[in-house]
Amino acid sequence: MTVILGQTFTGVSIGAVLLLIALGLSLTFGQMNVINMAHGEFIMAGAYTTYVLQKSVSDAGLSLLVALPVAFLVAGALGALLEWLLIRRLYLRPLDTLLVTWGVSLMLQQLARDVFGAPNVQTRAPELLTGHITVVGGADPLTFANSRLFILTLAVAAVVALSLTLRLTPLGRRIRGVVQNRDLAEVSGISTERVDRTAFFIGSGLAGVAGVALTLVGPIGPTMGTNIIIDAFLVIVVGGIGRLRGTVIVAFVLGIMQSVLEYSTTVSVAKVLVLVAIVAFLQWRPQGLYTLRTRSLV
Amino acid sequence: MTELSGLRVRGLRVSFDGFTAVDGVDLDVRPGDLRFLIGPNGAGKTTLVDAVTGLVRASGSVRFEGTELLGRSVHRIARSGIGRTFQTATVFEELTVLQNLDIAAGAARGPLTMLRRRRSVPEPVARALETIGLTERSGSPAGTLAHGQKQWLEIGMLLVQDVRLLLLDEPVAGMSHDERQATGELLRRISAERTVVVIEHDMDFMRSFARSVSVLHAGRVLSEGTVAEVQSDPRVQEVYLGHAAVQDAGPTAAGPHPEHAGGAHAGSAVQEV
Repeated sequence: MTVILGQTFTGVSIGAVLLLIALGLSLTFGQMNVINMAHGEFIMAGAYTTYVLQKSVSDAGLSLLVALPVAFLVAGALGALLEWLLIRRLYLRPLDTLLVTWGVSLMLQQLARDVFGAPNVQTRAPELLTGHITVVGGADPLTFANSRLFILTLAVAAVVALSLTLRLTPLGRRIRGVVQNRDLAEVSGISTERVDRTAFFIGSGLAGVAGVALTLVGPIGPTMGTNIIIDAFLVIVVGGIGRLRGTVIVAFVLGIMQSVLEYSTTVSVAKVLVLVAIVAFLQWRPQGLYTLRTRSLV
Repeated sequence: MTELSGLRVRGLRVSFDGFTAVDGVDLDVRPGDLRFLIGPNGAGKTTLVDAVTGLVRASGSVRFEGTELLGRSVHRIARSGIGRTFQTATVFEELTVLQNLDIAAGAARGPLTMLRRRRSVPEPVARALETIGLTERSGSPAGTLAHGQKQWLEIGMLLVQDVRLLLLDEPVAGMSHDERQATGELLRRISAERTVVVIEHDMDFMRSFARSVSVLHAGRVLSEGTVAEVQSDPRVQEVYLGHAAVQDAGPTAAGPHPEHAGGAHAGSAVQEV
């Protein structure tokens, strides 16, 4: 029983990481249909931001708290800059966008190598997060690591914040409006350029927040973005492009599958099995878990 | 009429890859007019509206209340008081009826208020909902509305934007007779305070509600005036009858009393004029 609970918790925490890295993409790729290969490097930017802040603010707990908003701004600014310089000229040209942003991702990786060096670096986790909570004691204890709980909380908070912003605020209505019909938004008096940039800022900023969380579970390095980006796209596509609910469910399902399969097989076999399951699923539902239904004629 | 009011179009030209869709159109629409733009397919009616609202590039001059519009971005033109609808009913399908109206109502809102949630339905939005008869559907996604209701929602979105000039592209296409009648009454009420320009193929609808008519043909204004003036213009008859004769020699059964024939689709409507 403890094994099942323990593996489930591990899976949920893997899912929380997946969710954090995919959340920003659910806005930029899911809503705006921009394939941004540099999204992983925005996550890296968030991670390095945490690293730099910890060097200047010695208190690990304080620096982590400061890093969350700062990383959001740093990655968001990078995203807004990328949108302004390149992506806005490439809307409706997905292949060109893919190639261009891939190039940007390579440049950002090299930049990180030049600034911080090729070897991975690490941050100290604040003391509060190094411990664990014992849920079931005794000879076969069940423990939850504090850092994992923190990431889970952060992921849930980020999802709630994004979803409320999209659903309830005028800004969210505009983002959804521009996504659904660009011409109609313009003739309704909305500056689609400004909405695009704001949405891209938020999506990239969320990548920065994910980067902060990742410093708690792994090393920070110039290539960390490349390892992450594929998982992030997988979550979005399987969840149904543009569907936040699908992204959330799929992130946790994939996380739990990964963790349970890892326990009964090995890490690589588990990864293969998860990918096979995804391929099979997409054969069955090519549009992903959630698809939209309207009476639109278009 | 003063220089400063209404819509004033001079020498408007639009060409796509060498094909001239609008070829030197001059058009004056006074405030409070309910103007119908008619003309055979390909006459340039929709392109004219696209040019006025900035969706296609054009040369010439378009002045609204004295301000030049050509060269401005689409959303700036929209904010200067001009609204339009599209040929196929175009609304934000996934947003609710209320959210559609909210987007249109708050277009000029500043960045600081963008993150604040609004508690109640603002009065102009509630009034527009009432006017277009969709109060009970305000929470439904616009994509689930019936075709005619979407077209009314489009008009509602223009009302909450508080536009002074409405450009409507076939607002009664696909509507039943009663819906047409209701839409016509609605347009009549709206044009008491605002200027309305309607592109329409339905001649019955035009005869019932137009205050003035402009006939476009091959990118130019062929004739202009009241319904009666336009109908008796020999050039208009030639264009329409000639056009119809070329298009199909089929149902010319408009008979000796064309006024009483149903004008449900362009084919039969064309021959009545």
